[in-house]
Amino acid sequence: MTGDITLLGYGLSTIGPAIAVGLIFAAYINGVARQPEAQGKLQPIAILGFALAEALAIFGLVLFFIAFFVG
Amino acid sequence: MSATMTAAGLVLPMAEGESSHFPPTPGDFWQPLFAIPGTEYYFTRPMLLMAIATVILMVWLWLTTRQAALVPGKGQWLTEQVYNFGRNGIARDMIGSKEFMPFVPFLFSLFVFILLNNLMGIVPPFQNPTMARVAFPIGLTLLVYVVYHWVGLRKKGSIGAYLGGMLPSGLPGWIKPFILLLELITFFITRPLTLALRLFGNMFAGHMLLVVFIVGGWYLFKTYDPGLMLVAIPAWILGVALTAFEALVQFLQAYVFTLLAASYIGGALADEH
Repeated sequence: MTGDITLLGYGLSTIGPAIAVGLIFAAYINGVARQPEAQGKLQPIAILGFALAEALAIFGLVLFFIAFFVG
Repeated sequence: MSATMTAAGLVLPMAEGESSHFPPTPGDFWQPLFAIPGTEYYFTRPMLLMAIATVILMVWLWLTTRQAALVPGKGQWLTEQVYNFGRNGIARDMIGSKEFMPFVPFLFSLFVFILLNNLMGIVPPFQNPTMARVAFPIGLTLLVYVVYHWVGLRKKGSIGAYLGGMLPSGLPGWIKPFILLLELITFFITRPLTLALRLFGNMFAGHMLLVVFIVGGWYLFKTYDPGLMLVAIPAWILGVALTAFEALVQFLQAYVFTLLAASYIGGALADEH
């Protein structure tokens, strides 16, 4: 079997951001369930946090392509 | 890449030449249409799509606001809803109700421009997200970068005050240089880098995923092996489901880009860090 180990590395590196995004939305859903009128305030915060956590996975993707195609 | 293949690619994005497009590579996103005479540069498909998106936006906004009425018609109502979302949902929430007005046109343009360019990724005759070429998000990020530093500098008055504004108040003196270093890295490197790469990475990876399932299904189907042809069907179903998911991601990324741009501007304008 042949392949490139960077692919596995990227797969592993997405675990962290995935858990982070899950935690953020879990907290958001909890907050809205407890206080539905706070949804408007919580939503931008949740999406902001989601975007910041997701950036790590995007870095991983870019680094994967650099490692895969450059060296 | 030959001209005929790219011309075919305009109608059928994953058009097969003799060379295989599966698995997709970043090279597949390089789709020149014709060389610009006298230079070594090419006019590419994303450039054409961006021009089309700009024309659509201009026509849409002009048509729906040409005869703005107190009681809006359908078109004007839609425009007002989108504008309200950009004005209240993004600019006012992030910058604050005192200073947000001058930035509303900029943020609204960013939002609709990115949204339309992203949607190019799944709308049939176009089917190539402009932002999957990294130069386009970098260009947009440069705009945001210049704007938030410029308004920050103008608000604080001097470079020293601007740098001082990055520090949280009440820090012990000895730790200030280290925090300042971290803040400088955040302001000048991490923020623009993540802003551009997030938009690029999402569009690029999402489109690649679609290519994998749809073109991959096609390759399975083309084998004419009954077993493999059966496998092609779930691949296509997933392709359709992921297209719907892509629509969500495309909207979300346009929103997130604008939201972060607004929050950077708001952060630069804030009195206390």
